[in-house]
Order: sequence, then structure tokens, then C-alpha cells
Amino acid sequence: MKSLKKQRRIQVIIVAAIALALSTALIGYAMRDGINFFRSPSQVVAEPPTASEVFRIGGLVEDGTLVRGQGETVTFAVTDGGASVPVSYTGVLPDLFEEGQGMVGTGKYVNGTFVATEILAKHDETYMPKEVVDALKEQGVYQDPNETDS
Amino acid sequence: MIAELGHFALILAAMVAVVQAIVPMIGAHKGWDGWMAAAVPAATTQFFLTAFSFSALTYSFVVSDFSLRLVVENSHSLKPMLYKVSGVWGNHEGSMLLWVLILTLFGACAAWFGGNLPPSLKARVLAVQSSVAVAFFAFILLTSNPFLRMGIPPMDGQDLNPLLQDPGLAFHPPFLYLGYVGLSLTFSFAVAALIEGRVDAAWGGWVRPWTLAAWVFLTIGIALGSWWAYYELGWGGYWFWDPVENASFMPWLLAAALLHSAIVVEKRESLKSWTILLAILAFGFSLIGTFIVRSGVITSVHAFANDPERGVFILMILAVFTGGALTLFAARASAMQAKGVFGLVSRESALVANNVLLAVSCFVVFIGTIWPLVAELAFGRKLSVGAPFFDAAFTPFMVVLAIILPIGAILPWKRAKLNRAVKQVVPAAILAFLIAALAWTLQTEKTILAPVGLALGIWVVAGSALDLWSRCGRGDMASRLRRLTRLPRADYGKAVAHFGLGVTMIGISAMNAWQIEDIRVAQVGERFEVGAYEIELASVDQVQGPNYYSTMARMNAYRGDRLVAALTPEKRVYPVAKMPTTEADIDNGFLRDIYLVIGDAQDDGGWAVRTYIKPLANWIWAGAILMGVGGLLSLSDRRYRIAAGAAKAGGGGARPVAAE
Repeated sequence: MKSLKKQRRIQVIIVAAIALALSTALIGYAMRDGINFFRSPSQVVAEPPTASEVFRIGGLVEDGTLVRGQGETVTFAVTDGGASVPVSYTGVLPDLFEEGQGMVGTGKYVNGTFVATEILAKHDETYMPKEVVDALKEQGVYQDPNETDS
Repeated sequence: MIAELGHFALILAAMVAVVQAIVPMIGAHKGWDGWMAAAVPAATTQFFLTAFSFSALTYSFVVSDFSLRLVVENSHSLKPMLYKVSGVWGNHEGSMLLWVLILTLFGACAAWFGGNLPPSLKARVLAVQSSVAVAFFAFILLTSNPFLRMGIPPMDGQDLNPLLQDPGLAFHPPFLYLGYVGLSLTFSFAVAALIEGRVDAAWGGWVRPWTLAAWVFLTIGIALGSWWAYYELGWGGYWFWDPVENASFMPWLLAAALLHSAIVVEKRESLKSWTILLAILAFGFSLIGTFIVRSGVITSVHAFANDPERGVFILMILAVFTGGALTLFAARASAMQAKGVFGLVSRESALVANNVLLAVSCFVVFIGTIWPLVAELAFGRKLSVGAPFFDAAFTPFMVVLAIILPIGAILPWKRAKLNRAVKQVVPAAILAFLIAALAWTLQTEKTILAPVGLALGIWVVAGSALDLWSRCGRGDMASRLRRLTRLPRADYGKAVAHFGLGVTMIGISAMNAWQIEDIRVAQVGERFEVGAYEIELASVDQVQGPNYYSTMARMNAYRGDRLVAALTPEKRVYPVAKMPTTEADIDNGFLRDIYLVIGDAQDDGGWAVRTYIKPLANWIWAGAILMGVGGLLSLSDRRYRIAAGAAKAGGGGARPVAAE
């Protein structure tokens, strides 16, 4: 009786250990495609990533660069104050997407243009993605929205 | 005045909570009946005081009392009444008040319906529950007071975020919190049992209905949130693997595991220490979720007022309660000797597998969620973990879970013969294979994903039907049907919940593999083809709503010459919040959704239009509803209504196992 119970417990622990090892291996495997590094426009210009790498870029939509209403592809430039990168995106932009506002895009850097597959803008008028805030701070152009917003 | 009374009631409730956390605990230790009994009126008082406080805040929102800062920031006099009320919890402070209200509600429920609990256990459960409440009362009163007044009240408010002005989202947080916070009671039961030093079958019986209730609410809450994201955000997705979504999904996975392991404790007195550990971890993940949502340490599309100070406070609550409970767990592990022995092939083993898979998949989600934080702190790299990670690392475990589910569900307790169980589910396997083959031949794009996902879903669905059928004995058709009507509701609950899981799997695989997306510029009057449908942009008009302006498109979907649906996707602007929103319009069908979004006006007079054809989309939420219904059926089982926990049948099992 006692030994059977013990045997069962050992088996359960072995199964759990195998599952944990398997999940760790899977996590490691999935991390190769599943993670996207964040790059600020300055970093992208300084060391352009390869055209095959999917990464995220974030910053402010540069004033006067947003071209919408010219077909299904929208173009604009994203800037962190230090450098600016042209972006093209095919699709319907999020609601709060405007010039001078923060955005984060996921996509690839092909021939000097960031081809975005996904664009995120803020969810409400005071929120700005943390990465964008950090990128702007690095360039010394960040302003606290609580001080500037009405 | 009302707001001050609400604030005062909240302080009183916090003081009652302090008393309730201490007095019954001492009473239970010393064996003083009076001190133990004090827990019941204290829990009731605590609940009513908090309810009063919550009502006071709701009243302030309803009458638009703009001398309250919270009302100014989240309401507007022109807002529809439903959203004035839901605005109460559409912000950080108010939602925390809702959180403690539910916490005290669960405490009060344990006091009211826990009549058959041994007095010392009941006293300890209520004391532990109350100590959690003390922490959250302190959190609200010290960092997030909802009753702050404005020095100079403005004429009108700043309105609630328009995205949140939606019936789906009005009820999403209450359900989610009922689930999240419901797990606190399971936690209290686990800690009380550890202090008591006794975990037995009866304990499993007491804990299970509460876990089940919390899980049902969590299921409904998550489904509502995902449904809202689907039709409100206009991206056409239903799950983004966003940290905040994961924060609710992790406790759900662990609660599902707990639900199953508590059965083993109740029926077989095995897996005790594991069940206790799960109960602690499930609530721990609820707290981690709260931390992720409120602290803003991980970038998420969900914006809550982020405040590091609040984050630190919640992290402390998390550390004290989870850490304390785990220490207690380590000290008392010896009290949890398993009684029941089980064979290698048995329902116990299947449930162990279920638990391991659910716990490991929760681990995967956890790593994916916190990895950006780890990478930033440890390697100084900013990164995000996207859907491909979860698709690759999470899905395999769900696939294995789906494969073993129908066999495991049909295995008898203690000792089973695998080939006998497999023989019983052969029809399900054949059906699954046939439908997968059919899907493979019918689909235009040859993806292997959809047929496999479909097969798994069908396998689970058919398997749960067979499970129910096998409970009706081996007589002729008439007697089997007669028995079918008399099966305990718990059996129906199990079958319906598993059926729902299968339906959700079918929906997810079909939608992921076969959806059609079309983005184009269309002129008014133009007709274009998307999949099997023709979409016409009939007109675009400017319309005024109660608190917004709208650009409304009239679009028609045709199949051949037949009009299938007339839809009106909109772009709205809410002037008060200065916020535009996209209102997709969806034609819901049993087999497909037609999902239309109107985009920007073009310089040449056309409009950007996005069209999706989403096969079996509604099955995802229908499955979730079925899971919830299954849980409720199980909860309404006779033994919970009549003698909750009274059947202290150790080892034997209160439920007849007809399959044997």
C-alpha cells in the first residue's frame, strides 16, 4: 500500500518535471519568433535591422507627414526627436491616431521604410506607451502630458 | 454629504474587517465559541457597510455630483444612465471599491451559507478572508480614495472613455471581479485548512462549489471582454495575448485545474497538498493580475491610471499573502497525507494529467507575460512578446489536453482498463476524422491547421456526448433514455462544460484558418467581391447621436442577387472626451460573421473599407457560454443544495459511477 502510494507520487513528480522541461524547451523555441525587440527611430537609423526581422518601433507621428486618403495604404514618419523613419501601413488606422501623438508599430524595415503590419495608438487621451516615453526621454524631448494636456 | 457618508462607511467597514481578522482567529485557537461566532455578524456588517459605501458612490454618479473628482473625470451629465452606473467601475478607484465589495460579499456568503462547516474552520476561513479585505481596504483608503472632493466643482464632467460606453464592457468588470475575487474564498479555505492542520474529503466538498462559482464568473467575464474586443475595437480580433488579458487568463487556467483536483480530494482523498497549493497559487495569480493591470510595469493597450506607488502596495499585498500562505504550506505539508490509492490508468491519473497540463500552460502564459519586464531589468532590452510566441508554446499543451480529455472523462475511478475506455470513444474519433477529412477536401486553401483543430474540437464535443450516454447503463434504448433524464446535474454539468470547450476550439480553429480579410478604397455605389459575398457601399451620411457625431455608412452584403445583410458601420466622434471611435457592424450568423469597418475618407471621394468574413466566429463565445452553463448546472446539483459538504463519505464517492 505505502509503496504504491510512494511510487505514484514519484511518477506524478516525474510527469510534472517532464512537462516543465518540455514547456521550458517550447518557451525557448517560441521565443525565437515570438519576441519583437523595440527600437526607437534613432536606433533604427543608426543600425538598420535586417529586412527579415520583425520588430516594434515607437515614437511620435511627425507633424506634416501623415498622408491618408490616398488609397488603402497610409504613410507617415515616426520620430523621437533625434531621427525619423518613414512608415507605410495598409489598413484602417486606430481611432486615436493623429499627428504629434504617440504610436507603436510592429513590422519590418525594408529599403529604408518601416512596413507596418500592426499599428497601436493610445487607448485614451492621456496614455502614451511606456517605450515611447522612454525613447522620447532619451532624446530629451519628452513632455509630461499631465502638464501640457488640458 | 452622501459621499462623506460613503467614505465614513468604508472606514467603518475597514475597522470591522480588522476585528473580524483577529477575534475569530484567536477564538478558534483557544476554542472559545463566542469569539468564533463573532465572525458571522462581523462578515455581514462588513458587507453591508461596503455595499452602502458603493451605493453612495453610485448615487454620486447617477445624480452627476461634479463636486467629486472621480465623477468629474469619468462621467458627464448627458451620458446614458447605464453608462453613468457602469462609470462607477470604469476607473481605478471605483473598480477597486467594486473589488472589495465582492470580496466582502464572498465573505458574507461563506458566513451565511456555511452553516454546516465545523465552527473552528468557519471562523478561520472568515478571519483569513477578512485579513485579505483589511489589506484592500487599506489600499483604497490610503492610495485610491474614490470620495475625494473637488475644490471648485466644474459645470460638467469629462465623460467616460467612449470605448467603455458599451453594454458588453459595462458588465465585463463585475463578472471578471466576481471570478478573480471569488478565488479569494478558495484561498481562505486553503489557508484555514492549513492552520487547522486538516484536509479531508469534506474540505474538498466545501471548496469545490466556491471554486466552481468563481470559475463560472471568470469564464463569463473573459468571454464578455473578448467579445467586446471583437466588435468594439474594429480590429476583428478576439484575443491579443495582451498582458492584461493574460492577467485574467492565468487565474482561469489555475481555477480550472483546481476545480478538477478538488474533485479528487472530495472523492478519493488524494492530491491534497497539490490542491492546497493550487488554491494558493490561483489567488496569487489574481493578485499578480491586479498588479499588472494597476501598476503599468508592463506595456499594455489597456490603460488604467498607472501609479508606481499603487503598484508597490499591491506587490506588498501579493508578497505577504502568497508568501505567507506558501510558508504555512511548507510547514504543514505533513498534515496532508493522501489516503486514496489509484492505478496508473484511472480517472485520478487523467485528472493529474489535466492538472499538469493546465498548470504548465499557465506557466507558459506567465513567462510570456512577464518576459518583457525580465528582459528590461536583466538585459536592458526592450521587447514585447507577441502572439506567435503563445501560438507556438501554449497551443501544444491545449492540443494534448484535448486529446486526453474524452478518454480521461470516461475512465472510472481507482483502476481502469484503457482499451475498454478507448473502445467507448471510438465513435467520437471516427466522427472527428470524417469531419476533418471533409474539411480538408472542401477547403480552398490547403492548411493542415483547420482540419486538425476541427477534429480536436469534434473529438471533445462527441466525447462529452458519449460520456453522458455511457452513464445510462447498458440496457435497451428506452431504459437508457429514461436514465438519461434522471442523471445527476453534476454529470450534465461536466458534459456541457466539456462540450463547450470543444465548441470554442472548433470556433478558434475555423476562424484562424479560414477568415477572409479585404481592405480597399470603395466609391459610394460600388460593389466588390469578398469571398462568396458581394459588398456594396450604398451611402455615407453624417448623423448625430445622444453624445457623439457619427459618420455612418450604409452597406449591403449580397450573396448572388440575394440581400444577406444591411449593415451600418460607423466612425464616431465624442466631442466631450475629444475622442473618435470605430463602430464595426457585424452580421452574426451561425456559420459566419460578416464584419464591416468604415475607415478614412479618401481625397477622390471614396472611403477606406475593411471587410472580414469570419467563419464560425460566434462558436468561440457560444462555447464559453456553454462552459459557464455547465458550471452552473454542476453548481445546482442536488448534493450542494441539500447537504453541502454533509456527505463525508471518505474514499467511497457520493456519486454513483454508472460506467463501471
